[in-house]
Amino acid sequence: METIALSENLKETIRIDAKNMYYRQLNDMVREAIASGAKDVIIDSVNGQRYIGAGIERKDVTIIINGTPGNDLAAFMDGPTIIVNGNAQDGAGNTMNDGKIVIHGDAGDVLGYGMRGGKLFVKGNVGYRVGIHMKGYKNQIPVIIAGGTAGDFLGEYMAGGILILLGLNNNTHSIVGDYLGTGMHGGVMYIRDEVNPYRCGVEVGIAELDDGDKNTLERYLKEFCDDFSLDFNEIIKERFVKLYPKSSRPYGRLYAY
Amino acid sequence: MRSQELLWRTKDPEILRQLGKDISGCGLSGIINIRGQRISGEAIRCSIACQHDRGNGLGGGFAAYGIYPRYRDYYALHIMYDSHDAKNSTEDYLDHHLSVELGERIPTRPVPNINKPPLLWRYFVKGRKEEEGDFEIADDEYMVKIVMGINATIPGAFVFSSGKNMGVFKGVGFPEELAEFFMIDEYQGYLWLAHNRFPTNTPGWWGGAHPFNLLDWSIIHNGEISSYGINKRYLEMFGYKLTLMTDTEVVAYLLDLLVRRHKLNLNVASTVLSPPFWKDIEKSDDKEKEAFTALRMVYGSAMLNGPFAFIFGFTRGMVGMNDRIKLRPFVVATKGDNFYMASEEAAIREICPEPDKVWSPRAGHSVIVELDRSVTV
Repeated sequence: METIALSENLKETIRIDAKNMYYRQLNDMVREAIASGAKDVIIDSVNGQRYIGAGIERKDVTIIINGTPGNDLAAFMDGPTIIVNGNAQDGAGNTMNDGKIVIHGDAGDVLGYGMRGGKLFVKGNVGYRVGIHMKGYKNQIPVIIAGGTAGDFLGEYMAGGILILLGLNNNTHSIVGDYLGTGMHGGVMYIRDEVNPYRCGVEVGIAELDDGDKNTLERYLKEFCDDFSLDFNEIIKERFVKLYPKSSRPYGRLYAY
Repeated sequence: MRSQELLWRTKDPEILRQLGKDISGCGLSGIINIRGQRISGEAIRCSIACQHDRGNGLGGGFAAYGIYPRYRDYYALHIMYDSHDAKNSTEDYLDHHLSVELGERIPTRPVPNINKPPLLWRYFVKGRKEEEGDFEIADDEYMVKIVMGINATIPGAFVFSSGKNMGVFKGVGFPEELAEFFMIDEYQGYLWLAHNRFPTNTPGWWGGAHPFNLLDWSIIHNGEISSYGINKRYLEMFGYKLTLMTDTEVVAYLLDLLVRRHKLNLNVASTVLSPPFWKDIEKSDDKEKEAFTALRMVYGSAMLNGPFAFIFGFTRGMVGMNDRIKLRPFVVATKGDNFYMASEEAAIREICPEPDKVWSPRAGHSVIVELDRSVTV
């Protein structure tokens, strides 16, 4: 890919109209644009096309999506930045390894499933099973921040990384659902609300944030607020609680006899 | 065993029992105008075509309400036949039990991918109760007996639609191909359902496509009714015959039982199908606890288990809901007097780019949309 000679015809920005386009053709065009050296790919009239940005390995590329991208947005993505001006459907950031997704709307279910690196910022609400089995290793720390509320099973089987839930503009009685962190054995969640223990899996501990937690939270939250033009000071002044796994290996002795 | 011929010809309960159920994962779309204004089927075709990749070409279908205003007082029976023999036997049966105002071929267009369609006929009928010697039996009850009678006893014949001023159109193919085949764009309805099927456990066959219908109940479903066996045995006690070999069939008959026969309101019926967990009932106040406990005790066998999202339509409304831990996608939107439900938000935005409101309902909570009280249909 790097061997392609950059001609004077090189366009840094390529714009694609995705109206009524099948997802395979759209994704071929995005890949061709990036291969030809484009740094910004703007896709208009997106509606339901799946797998946009999937598997792309370049760090210096930004894909801007105007519309509603389909399922498995940025699955296995490894580097690019994706900005969605709209809502995302199910499975965004599925097993993503690196890069950043910024969604200026809501996101659906199984957001960041098995995510192993990169950042996933959602301005609005997120669905069920968000951050299910996300994991981290050494410098690979996946981060999901959602500005709104989350459905049940947030951080289920969580093995690593950071999940932050803000509950901004929330009118419901709880910003989290049930089965919170069920099976959690790594990583950490910061929830900007009281968390009733009955909503949590038995593997989850609830604690106050220590100084290390506060540093981590503030660092990522500032970036989130910059991306969405939100008032950091307003958001940080509310109380957060920390959810952590009581054990890194809760079922290590389950089959031992 | 599971050949197309067997699916069409057998009416033997023992073979049907062995055939069991189908599990499917699919695409859904529904539209209703609460003022009863009728819109062309072109909109629902576009919406379901947007979800093309949720199916695999082995089933698609539509339910349309308000399409037969001239025959609004007649039951519209849509029947599929695998042979002229099946058609002759069924028409004898109809002539014997009903007054047939009109019988005609369901209009279709030739479509390359729709291969070997069955004979597709529709009949606008009224009951002839007096000749049955049973003056008490209600029209709807009588019609259910007719439908069950044909589906359970006449080889090669299946009634797949039996409501008034509405009709189901379905078959094997992608839904957009079936829309072309059945000329869906030429019908005008105030309520539309569409389904794109991805069958995984039995062959896709014409009778097994969604929607499933009985009287004016039509159901489209994505997922699996794991409680099929319990639900089926329960329904059989009330005289329902489950002949279509697909799990979704039970939902149509459960709604008929709960709402039409047992007179439960839609909210309570939805709670029966997808009740709160016992752990949540424990946390309810005393009155709710008593009500939920009673419903689970009385209607335990009507509860639906497994992963599902479904939408059902009836003459005066549309209801959508998920299983209790949301194992299938489901999105709702509004725009003025129109309400939309679908598996994917894109399917709604395809025909309504700027909805007033879009949301994903919480797991197990039904969304009930009814026609305005002033509307007559």
